Amino acid sequence: MLGKLSWDAVPFNQPIPMAASMFIVAVMLGVSGLITWKGWWPYLWREWLTSVDHKRIGVMYVLLALVLLLRGFIDAIMMRTQLVIAAGNAQGYLPPEHYDQIFSAHGTIMIFFMAMPFMVGLMNFVVPLQLGVRDVAFPVLNATSFWLTAAGALLVNISLVVGEFARTGWLAYPPLSELQFSPGVGVDYYLWALQISGIGALLAGINMVTTILKLRAPGMTYMRMPVFCWTSLASSMLIVAAFPILTATFGMLLLDRYVGMHFFTNDGGGNFMMYINLIWAWGHPEVYILVLPAFGIFSEVIATFSGKQLFGYRSMVLATLAICVLSFMVWLHHFFTMGAGADVNAVFGIMSMIIAIPTGVKLFNWLFTLYRGRLRFEVPLLWAIGFMITFVVGGLTGVLLAVPPADFVLHNSLFLVAHFHNVIIGAVLFGAMAGYYYWFPKAFGFTLDRRLGAVSFWCWLIGFYLAFMPLYVLGLLGMTRRMQHYADLSWQPYLIVAEVGAVVIFGGIVATIAQLVVSIRTRDRRRDLTGDPWNGRTLEWSTASPPPAYNFAVLPEVESLDAFWAMKQHGPVKPPDQYQSIEMPRNSPNGFVTAFLAVVTGFAMIWHIWWMAILGVACALLTLLTFGWMERGEVEISGAQLAEAERVRLRREDGA
Amino acid sequence: MEQHDQAPDAGETEPLGSFASYTVGLIFALLLTGASFLVSQTHLLWAPGVPAGLAVLAIAQMGVHLVFFLHISTGPDNTNNVLALVFGLLIVTLVVSGSLWIMAHLNANMMPPSALMEMRR
Amino acid sequence: MTSGSAGGPAPVRIVVAYGFWIFLLSDIIMFSALFATYAVLSGQTAGGPSGRELFQLRHVGVETLCLLFSSYTCGLAILAIERRRMREFYVSCALTFVLGASFLGLEISEFVGMIARGAGPSRSAFLSSFFSLVGLHGIHVSAGLLWLTFMVAQTATKGARDFVRRRLLCFSLFWHALDIIWVALLTLVYLMGAR
Repeated sequence: MLGKLSWDAVPFNQPIPMAASMFIVAVMLGVSGLITWKGWWPYLWREWLTSVDHKRIGVMYVLLALVLLLRGFIDAIMMRTQLVIAAGNAQGYLPPEHYDQIFSAHGTIMIFFMAMPFMVGLMNFVVPLQLGVRDVAFPVLNATSFWLTAAGALLVNISLVVGEFARTGWLAYPPLSELQFSPGVGVDYYLWALQISGIGALLAGINMVTTILKLRAPGMTYMRMPVFCWTSLASSMLIVAAFPILTATFGMLLLDRYVGMHFFTNDGGGNFMMYINLIWAWGHPEVYILVLPAFGIFSEVIATFSGKQLFGYRSMVLATLAICVLSFMVWLHHFFTMGAGADVNAVFGIMSMIIAIPTGVKLFNWLFTLYRGRLRFEVPLLWAIGFMITFVVGGLTGVLLAVPPADFVLHNSLFLVAHFHNVIIGAVLFGAMAGYYYWFPKAFGFTLDRRLGAVSFWCWLIGFYLAFMPLYVLGLLGMTRRMQHYADLSWQPYLIVAEVGAVVIFGGIVATIAQLVVSIRTRDRRRDLTGDPWNGRTLEWSTASPPPAYNFAVLPEVESLDAFWAMKQHGPVKPPDQYQSIEMPRNSPNGFVTAFLAVVTGFAMIWHIWWMAILGVACALLTLLTFGWMERGEVEISGAQLAEAERVRLRREDGA
Repeated sequence: MEQHDQAPDAGETEPLGSFASYTVGLIFALLLTGASFLVSQTHLLWAPGVPAGLAVLAIAQMGVHLVFFLHISTGPDNTNNVLALVFGLLIVTLVVSGSLWIMAHLNANMMPPSALMEMRR
Repeated sequence: MTSGSAGGPAPVRIVVAYGFWIFLLSDIIMFSALFATYAVLSGQTAGGPSGRELFQLRHVGVETLCLLFSSYTCGLAILAIERRRMREFYVSCALTFVLGASFLGLEISEFVGMIARGAGPSRSAFLSSFFSLVGLHGIHVSAGLLWLTFMVAQTATKGARDFVRRRLLCFSLFWHALDIIWVALLTLVYLMGAR
């Protein structure tokens, strides 16, 4: 009746997982209790859970990312603490089977449920505003994408309470992840969570590509698009091209595990190297899916806070597109050591080095934008400068790793771990934080606390160097990744420094949370009445903060790059005498319901509860058909309503 | 409103296809399929050249489908569709040819997994 | 590239068809991963039967004809609905459905026959990749048949309205794309495998 599920699945006899699950359950109950007590459910359902507004969806993505950043960080600091203790004879407090789950969960969560939603969320919020349009191409699909991502995140966190998570590392290489060697539900949690959220990511990518290519304000030609739109386009194209490969690969592993097929098994003619090949054909573009939007954010931030047009706009666009294509030609460098011959290794090594060229072009463009700019050292610019320094270090160690002979020494050592944290934290996370601070006033109508923002930045920057520079040394000393315990006591001092770094980073996270709380409390003092708190250059700053549901009462006419800057130079645009009415899409529970059914089906498949899985799929199909049958009317906003709203906005801007 | 790019088979109001284009497409597709079967089943082609011949015929037929059924053309109003298609084809080519090349190398240099298992026994 | 859409957002019909086109390209990339896997694993029969012993080209030829003609009738259905010739539309849809269902029936009978001979998907890596690749195409065809039924019902009750015609257009793109995948499949799996 309940498949493999029984009370044994709850970790009563393991104190640490049990405490963690109790904590998660308590938080969830607490939050839903508070919402019930305050009577917020109808509001939440109406305004958020069923919303198809790209801005709301973007905000929910970022919120999801921040929550899972916390979860992923707890995993990280547990590992660091374990490695401080578990030297020589000491075994530490985490047994290997638990430690293995933690590093697998840390990687999975940070990439799929922190970095991805953060970037997709910022794209969702910003891109339509920057393009000067009212929504993405497919608003209901957009909501569905978000809720599927959230469904995957929920499944990963359910694994903490019921059952276990994968012990296979964040990419679940077979044959270890095959049924023969991982008979538990951990790998199944991993696979189903990522399949569900992967479909969400794919749909989001399709939506974003269509939006950027087909929906732009009048006059917004390609070469007038802000760089963030370009990098979002490139990143979304990579999503559309790479995620199907991930889906197919995981699909094959699922078939191996559930129906006894022989894709990646040791017997029956299977070949696990095919999995490693395919997963990196997705995995390398994934790196650029994450980092390209970050490059876009820095381009916006650096131009804005230098008070200049971005240096070398065309070369920036070309570099972005070059990276987009090149990122699909380097994937073998993740497994140089696994048997390819000299010519294959040489080709992929050289391609990996070539990709540093367009990236270098970007760096020089940012430098030249800063050069002789009127710099304003607001928090986003701090993140940008921290990024430029940190990312160069990470990029150079990357070029080093792209040399096959060097890789044979450094493969799977802590040097590699230090390298990819150097680029993922130094570029993706710093970019996300810069974007969070930069666009927060646009989303909520008030700025974030500047002092705490700076504290957060310095903690992250210093903490990052303390936490990861020792790992480079340890890698060169020969320490491999994913070790739960080590015998060589001379490694311990480095790991203690790394632990201190992790604690300093924790300070940065605390500062970010405190910043949010303080800023909300003092929001009346920090209102952004003009809609343009940073003296911005692009169209998102031309509408109110927060923008109305329809973004722009009249679609802006774009005449040049940095459209809003040009408008400001020409003096205020005279409001039209008459407004045309607007039709906006109506809210839809489609996304939420679909994601709910995805969780049910995924959970049922993980635990082999076949009747429930069939029921879940049948209900999902029924939902699809029902929503397909119903005609969704649109909400009309009349010209008179628009005129009134615009009058209020302009009066407020004049007052400010 | 100025002119927009079109989408596959979608003009702004009506489809780009016509009865003639579908019929021509069908005839071409049937001919090419017939040729493929013929090449694979007879000795018309030099034996080692058969896979290459089949691949050429298949690619030609895919082109026929794209042009006559999906109405992808190289006209000025079709840039976005073609660019997307080219990008997709580039990725498909990279993934398939890259995988085959890499896997051929790995198979040549490393012991196959089944042999590894034999050694364990 | 320079012209772009100087005139503001594109009309809905274009946006929808373009978005669907991007989806189809992503679907083709998913297939390409399975094609690559099939190409790598097709020799790994683990002592079991090979394609040469299993494939019957006559059977496959009929399947191909079904698909090609169904693509043609699907195209005719789109022409008919745009010109509001409803009878022609329904007849074309019915033909498309029958041809698609025949294809599916033939494929299922092939699968059942192979499994009965002990050549099921868990027999060898070759058969795993064969069943997954061909089966995934079959699942797409089944989804297409379901979609077609749904669209005929929707057209019958709601008429040839804008959103119905947009969806029919997407359906036809989907159906034609399945043909393209089948051409690749026919060549790589059957014609090259049966030799």
